[in-house]
Amino acid sequence: MANEVCLRTLDLERPWLLEQYQSRGGYEMLKKVLTEKTPPDEIIEEVKKSGLRGRGGAGFPTGLKWSFISRNAPGQKFVVCNSDEGEPGTFKDRDIIRYNPHQLIEGMILAGYAIGATRGYNYIRGEFWEPYERFEHALEEAREAGYLGENLLGSGFDFELHSHLGAGAYICGEETALLESIEGKKGQPRYKPPFPAHFGLYGCPTIINNTESLASIPMILEKGGEWFSDIGVKNSGGSKLFSISGNINNPGVFEIPMGTPFSKLLEMAGGMKDGRKIKAVIPGGSSAPVIPGDQMMELTMDYDAIAGAGSMLGSGAVVVLDDTNCMVKVLDRMSYFYHEESCGQCTPCREGTGWLYRVVHRIETGQGRQEDLDLLDDVAGKISGKTICALGDAAAMPVQGMLRHFRDEFQYHIDHKRCMVGAG
Amino acid sequence: MSTSVVKDVIELFNPEVRAEIDRWIAKYPPEWKQSAVMAALRIVQDDNGGWLTTDLMNDVAAYLEMPAIAVYEVATFYSMYELKPVGKHKVCVCTNVSCMINNADTIVEHLEKRLGITFGEVTEDGRFSLKEVECLGACGGAPMMQIGKQYYENLTPEIVDAILEGLE
Repeated sequence: MANEVCLRTLDLERPWLLEQYQSRGGYEMLKKVLTEKTPPDEIIEEVKKSGLRGRGGAGFPTGLKWSFISRNAPGQKFVVCNSDEGEPGTFKDRDIIRYNPHQLIEGMILAGYAIGATRGYNYIRGEFWEPYERFEHALEEAREAGYLGENLLGSGFDFELHSHLGAGAYICGEETALLESIEGKKGQPRYKPPFPAHFGLYGCPTIINNTESLASIPMILEKGGEWFSDIGVKNSGGSKLFSISGNINNPGVFEIPMGTPFSKLLEMAGGMKDGRKIKAVIPGGSSAPVIPGDQMMELTMDYDAIAGAGSMLGSGAVVVLDDTNCMVKVLDRMSYFYHEESCGQCTPCREGTGWLYRVVHRIETGQGRQEDLDLLDDVAGKISGKTICALGDAAAMPVQGMLRHFRDEFQYHIDHKRCMVGAG
Repeated sequence: MSTSVVKDVIELFNPEVRAEIDRWIAKYPPEWKQSAVMAALRIVQDDNGGWLTTDLMNDVAAYLEMPAIAVYEVATFYSMYELKPVGKHKVCVCTNVSCMINNADTIVEHLEKRLGITFGEVTEDGRFSLKEVECLGACGGAPMMQIGKQYYENLTPEIVDAILEGLE
């Protein structure tokens, strides 16, 4: 079973067009909810029942997040979609926007209805010009068809939706940095609490969900929370889009049930390139601690299984590394990324990511010192949990994962001033 | 006094640029013109051959009724704004993990050799500049690059040559 939720229209020609989406029952759920005036609480209950957890990486239960909004509080409320897809290895939301933008729009309208919001923004990363144009076109079509605007289909419910384009900053994927960015500021995360459900965009109650989460809503409501939940496994309801890349034959996005064995996913992705041996897998975007290949081949793709192996499912971005890769070089590149993308607000992250990068980099370039591995453990430990947002942890976790599983490779680099991969 | 300010603001940009910025302003609550700053900077940058001058940033500030410093903060925080001239074609190459392990370095070397420049530089004729970028969310097509608004995936040196030759 594959492509049942967000990618269910992928087999159609030009699936991003309204008529194509409607040919598969698109916007029927919205019509039903608006005509029957479904009580919003019922919608939230259904989403809770589905077991849907935030698909951006944090895995927070979506229905629970929605229930934090006081729907009857006076004033404006907002639905914000996080399409600032930037966790290295992740490329699924791009496909949802390119190929099924209407399902995302329908999901956002339904989310607005459920929490009492009449305005929404989809924050699309600035580099995603093609997806942005697709989304803009879909918005126009939806507006013309009466799915956006005032008094939708005569229901008395208003909903207006716009896209907001980013301009290159990984940190804006953090939900409060994203809100700051929509407000026209540097994308620096806010202290929490208050959480966005109480003080969000422009100080108004706001829910922020990932693209995949919101695009899943129409199907969850159409077929029922239980249907969705049953696709997956315990604690990991539904199917999930996995972006799989690396040293494999057929990289791409696969929408498959949670709990699918990794070995099956790898097979779908064409297996290892050139028949090489699998060395390691980064299972959930580059901040997820690495898992050795042998161990990964025994795991299933769901929150609990990957957490049980000391890593996280994150955004479902799976990077497969074969045995020609030097793990020091891989970590060097990842540490550079987090250092580059730290917003600079908190000292442990701003300084710590620089330390991590410089120390890993000197090991990679043959300048490593004997005390460096302990130093890396120490610095990583001093960043974790001590920053306003999760970027600090995201920088520390891959370092800790690499040292846990591939310490000998780092030690070899320090001792021999060169790489053990290919050293024979 | 106020009349002259209004007149000045209207004269800040050409009509097309102004219309495009106004389209973005309309997306946000009336008291939150500032929300359009990211779009406005992109629009004036595109209109200015791909980079922002201090004068342009000041104009955006005046147009959106923001302190100039708040505009500089945004322009320096986000990586897609350029504060010095770039080539007519800004070639952005991803070197993050998925691209790296799919030979992004070969692509970078090839571009450097062909264009005779390295990251952060512009060719003498002003046609190309090279920029190293972080993950662009197209890892399934690694190695990849972006030129202007377009993504180019599954690159080889030969494909890169064909792409560059196809550009004006």
